[in-house]
Amino acid sequence: MTPSEFYGAGFPYRPTGELLGKLIVLEGSDGVGRSTQINLLRTWLESEGYAVSDTGLRRSNLTQPGLDAAKLGHTLGRQTMSLFYATDFADRLENQIIPALRAGFHVLSDRYFYSIIARDIVRGADPVWARKLYGIALKPDVVFYLRGDIPTLIKRMIHGRGFNYWESGMDLHLADDLYDSFCLYQSRLIEQFDQMAEEYGFVTIDATRPIPVVFEDLKRKIKPLLEEEISQI
Amino acid sequence: MLLPNRYKGKLIIVEGIDGSGKSTQIDLLNKWLINQGKQVYFSEWNSSDLVKSTTKLGKSEKMFTPSTFSLLQATDFSDRWENHILPMLKAGVIVLADRYAFTAFARDVARGVDRDWVRNLYSFAPMPDLALYFRVPVDIAVERILSGRANLKYYEAGMDLGLSDNKVTSFRLFQQRIISEYDAMVDEFGLTVIDGTAPVQKQQKNVRQIVRKILQGWEGLDQPMVAPRRRRRSVQVETSKEEVAQ
Repeated sequence: MTPSEFYGAGFPYRPTGELLGKLIVLEGSDGVGRSTQINLLRTWLESEGYAVSDTGLRRSNLTQPGLDAAKLGHTLGRQTMSLFYATDFADRLENQIIPALRAGFHVLSDRYFYSIIARDIVRGADPVWARKLYGIALKPDVVFYLRGDIPTLIKRMIHGRGFNYWESGMDLHLADDLYDSFCLYQSRLIEQFDQMAEEYGFVTIDATRPIPVVFEDLKRKIKPLLEEEISQI
Repeated sequence: MLLPNRYKGKLIIVEGIDGSGKSTQIDLLNKWLINQGKQVYFSEWNSSDLVKSTTKLGKSEKMFTPSTFSLLQATDFSDRWENHILPMLKAGVIVLADRYAFTAFARDVARGVDRDWVRNLYSFAPMPDLALYFRVPVDIAVERILSGRANLKYYEAGMDLGLSDNKVTSFRLFQQRIISEYDAMVDEFGLTVIDGTAPVQKQQKNVRQIVRKILQGWEGLDQPMVAPRRRRRSVQVETSKEEVAQ
């Protein structure tokens, strides 16, 4: 792997080696059905005989306890939060994702850094600063952008885990209650995602459709990616 | 390049390798400024409560890579910046920092992290009004560190770089790399070099002279415990010193 396969300098002190697996990212708003699709994809890929590893934000062994605790307090500043999440991301990339890809696992990533910078930018971070920060990031083989409109997201949130402080962006003080704040905050995030879709070449998936339909769509788009692997062998 | 400090307060920082004597010097400077009736806020590298447990975990379990080490220390700095340093500077306080972004620029690059990437991490931090770099040859620093304490710690000695199995050898090689980075930054950022091999008192005299120049004509926030300077003539000097001590 050459450094050009990173967005920036990557990890110059350590050669990445040959990556045999594919890095498949699912991006999109809260409540758009990412984790549901990841679970379905994992089961499907494993039934096809592929080894799969999955990852998602805040799952790093190094930062999870500290970051979870920080989010409960009220002293976590916007910029500090960006950097804490970047630490989480770097730890998972270096210690989980890249080793798994090297071992031939396909990695399903529930969000990547795009979500993090979307949230940072909505909170006032400098977009250039945020993008340079993720110069360490490996370019995924494919990024699916599950795009849902606000009514779809609301339906799923209510059917699922309900509204919460962070997913409603309550720290931004956009509105007084979780519902109004959710609508405003998620609309701003969708704007960011739409911009990035072009910039980073996301494959946009209409996630307002029923779950099985979205799943079939994803499968159809992932298959050729895996077959190109086999034809090389 | 860092942006100039556009806040009312003054930012004075010290840099140098472990054992360069910078902490001794900034401690003396801190006490002197307080005695002068200045409002001073002191901040130390790697001291944020928010990040403490994560740093401890990473160090004890040797979980850090050069990038995660770099990012976590930037998180630590950012937390101190957002919650303490920035509000203090806006209020017109003299902020003294034992280590600043330059520590990251030196150490993280010595660990192999990309030079521009780490500079971007800290681009929200302004250029200090005064950045003192205490330069010492590696041998003197090593001698000071080894005589002062029993054991070198794993990351401190740069053992994660695999330069040598021997901690002292590794420490020496690692510090030498850091010195090269610092030396290059003297021009890049206009660091003020202080000869860290000179006697402590002589260095401090030099430091105070430079600081006096920086503070000339500057009106910061007065200490509420001390009468303002203009009126000091009517107040006995002895009394004001006692008040400071309280």
